[in-house]
Amino acid sequence: MKKILIIGATSAIAQAFCKRSLHNAQNDFYLIGRNAEQLELIANDLKVRGAQNVFVEAADLNTFEQHEKLIEKAQNCLKNFDWVLVAHGVLGDQKSAEHNSHQTLEIIHSNYTSQATLLNCIADKMEKMGSGVIGVLSSVAGDRGRRSNYIYGSAKAAITTFLSGLRVRLFKSNVQVLTIKMGFVDTPMTAQFSKGPLWTKPETIAMELVSLFENKKNGEYYLPFFWRYIMLVIRLLPSFIFNKMNFL
Amino acid sequence: MTKSSWGHYPKTTQNLQFLHWPPKQLPTHQTILPYGLGRSYGDSCLNDQGTLLITEKLNRFIDFDPSSGVLHSEAGVTLEDILLQFVPRGWFLPVTPGTKFVTLGGAIANDVHGKNHHAVGNWGHHIVEFTLMRTSPQEILTCNPHQNAELFYATLGGLGLTGLILSAKVKLKKIQSSQIKQDMITFNNLHEFYRLSEESCEGFEFNVAWVDCFKNSKQENRGIFFRGNFDDNQIFETHKPSRLLQVPFFLPNQTLNAFTVKAFNELYFQMHRFKAGTNLTTSYNSFFYPLDAIHHWNKIYGIQGFYQYQCVIPLDNKAALQDLFQEISNFQQGSFLAVLKVFGRIKSLGMMSFPVEGVTLALDFPVNPKSTELLNRLDEIVMKAKGRVYIAKDARMSQKAFLAYYPQFQNFLKYKDPAFSSSFLRRIS
Ligand SMILES: Cc1cc2nc3c(=O)[nH]c(=O)nc-3n(C[C@H](O)[C@H](O)[C@H](O)COP(=O)(O)OP(=O)(O)OC[C@H]3O[C@@H](n4cnc5c(N)ncnc54)[C@H](O)[C@@H]3O)c2cc1C
Ligand SMILES: NC(=O)c1ccc[n+]([C@@H]2O[C@H](COP(=O)([O-])OP(=O)(O)OC[C@H]3O[C@@H](n4cnc5c(N)ncnc54)[C@H](OP(=O)(O)O)[C@@H]3O)[C@@H](O)[C@H]2O)c1
Repeated sequence: MKKILIIGATSAIAQAFCKRSLHNAQNDFYLIGRNAEQLELIANDLKVRGAQNVFVEAADLNTFEQHEKLIEKAQNCLKNFDWVLVAHGVLGDQKSAEHNSHQTLEIIHSNYTSQATLLNCIADKMEKMGSGVIGVLSSVAGDRGRRSNYIYGSAKAAITTFLSGLRVRLFKSNVQVLTIKMGFVDTPMTAQFSKGPLWTKPETIAMELVSLFENKKNGEYYLPFFWRYIMLVIRLLPSFIFNKMNFL
Repeated sequence: MTKSSWGHYPKTTQNLQFLHWPPKQLPTHQTILPYGLGRSYGDSCLNDQGTLLITEKLNRFIDFDPSSGVLHSEAGVTLEDILLQFVPRGWFLPVTPGTKFVTLGGAIANDVHGKNHHAVGNWGHHIVEFTLMRTSPQEILTCNPHQNAELFYATLGGLGLTGLILSAKVKLKKIQSSQIKQDMITFNNLHEFYRLSEESCEGFEFNVAWVDCFKNSKQENRGIFFRGNFDDNQIFETHKPSRLLQVPFFLPNQTLNAFTVKAFNELYFQMHRFKAGTNLTTSYNSFFYPLDAIHHWNKIYGIQGFYQYQCVIPLDNKAALQDLFQEISNFQQGSFLAVLKVFGRIKSLGMMSFPVEGVTLALDFPVNPKSTELLNRLDEIVMKAKGRVYIAKDARMSQKAFLAYYPQFQNFLKYKDPAFSSSFLRRIS
């Protein structure tokens, strides 16, 4: 039985992850998200699916000053964290954010700053616990800034860099840090896009994600795996070509 | 992304609205229709030029009471998900259609039936309660046999037209094993089929038959009768969700013709004759869902799509069944998935439910003018025999036939939500 802390638990990918984790186990969950009603629905579902205890906490994660207390409370309930998944984030409206600093900050805070400060609190606890796996949902959008979403992408690049350092810090404490770089996933975040063959279902991501946690993997992973090669090509494209690729 | 029905006919375009959470209110600027997994064959789950409310993400369980077996869940939960969760705990679906890729809400809206109709009735007989979201006024109503009872009965088999079912309580069935003990018996004519049905009605919860639409040299229809019960060996194994076998693309339209269907039927019959026997143990998955093993099997009918035709003929007119086979023979239009079953006496609860006591036959045919003509002829026979055709599988019946089958329709319309509509409704209105 695992004790699982989910930050941004209302995310479609996080929901699929929790369900999948119950495949052969009866885990305990502590779910943090900003919509109390939705958290309740998720908690009920996980209980019917065999979860032992499910605690929920409604909080807007962009209120940084609460972070320490939030994590403290989670630890009081779960005692220790076997798995932590950080899943919150927003895509934002790139075009309008380009001329609106409030929106730009909202994107950066949701995808980077809030995650960084929460991870600081979590890392302190897990360092003492001396075991566990932390996974964070980052994105291929952080691999190279694109016209259509570079504000979001830059925040994802920042969290990826943050995690590569955190991984080194926690290595000695036997805590693994997973950076999950995902491609296109069919969730509410991407509802407005038309879907093609490169798209993946949250359930597929969840299956691979749970297996990374179960196997205590450490490092950066592309999900699904083929994005590694797509991004390799995209990163290698010379600027004079890349700059002309308007559709990206 | 587009959505179609299982028969890939008719082709429609609609706005898709994915419901990730129970909505706060329903859109009313366009006609709306709930859509589960699109396992209805015709146009009753389609809404050309309107909006489909896609419910597959409303797939959370809410509560389960192990003392009564009542499962409360959101309407987009699939029968497969229920099986995966509850078979290991010794519970099964009270009624199941021939595929597990169906949502709880979709099963209610067609008041689906299974191989145990003669023993336990339809899906609706096991629905304790549901919540229904309506538009004028925007409200959520709890419906059960005591509260909003008329709306409850109108929504069982209500084709998604009475509102959006948000959640429902269904009473699961206790089992002592996940395995079925089945008998497979060949029969040489419809006489033998009726005899087998009659004698199996008592001792067997599940009865169904496959029948060869092509008459043999004696001008008779042979077939295979399947009957069974759950075993009691305390083995509780679920199926493995797999996507291994699938038809990857639409086959050319000519793939299925009288010749290939005859060849298939011969092979199918001989294979089963070889395996025939009694007390054969099999998994629930292969017993109830043989077709689920091949994903997208519907594509074998080609891009044009196919018609499914399911009718029921009251037992006192059962000679009409012979007429149906005769007509099919005359048209040289065999169907390779012909399913025959006797519905029992238990009366359907839904106002528009399909099952009535009688013998039901399900067939499928590629969409083409010859099939259309044949099905119109079959309708004539069914109307004369005072039977009816299953709307969940229909894409072509005339308004006249529809009203003959469902004279209660005018009364049903009182319960329709004004914002809801479907391609089917517009076709027959
Ligand atoms: C291989 C196969 C075998 C089958 N065998 C059988 C069988 O043995 N017996 C049988 O009875 N049927 C059978 N069917 C038909 C199938 O069970 C029904 O068509 C079923 O209703 C499909 O459910 P769905 O979730 O795919 O719903 P859809 O096909 O998407 O929709 C069906 C209807 O339900 C409505 N609906 C869906 N969700 C909601 C909701 N939340 N609230 C209100 N209305 C809603 C839709 O508007 C539509 O009218 C079979 C189908 C296939 C493909
Ligand atoms: N979908 C993709 O294609 C894709 C690709 C790569 C990476 N990702 C990343 O994967 C993660 C999960 O996204 P998803 O695809 O599952 O989308 P999602 O379902 O929209 O999930 C994002 C969740 O984050 C929550 N959230 C955002 N800001 C929050 C805040 N300040 N406080 C509390 N909760 C907040 C949202 O809650 P509300 O609903 O209340 O806003 C939402 O439930 C995100 O970090 C996303 O960037 C997604």
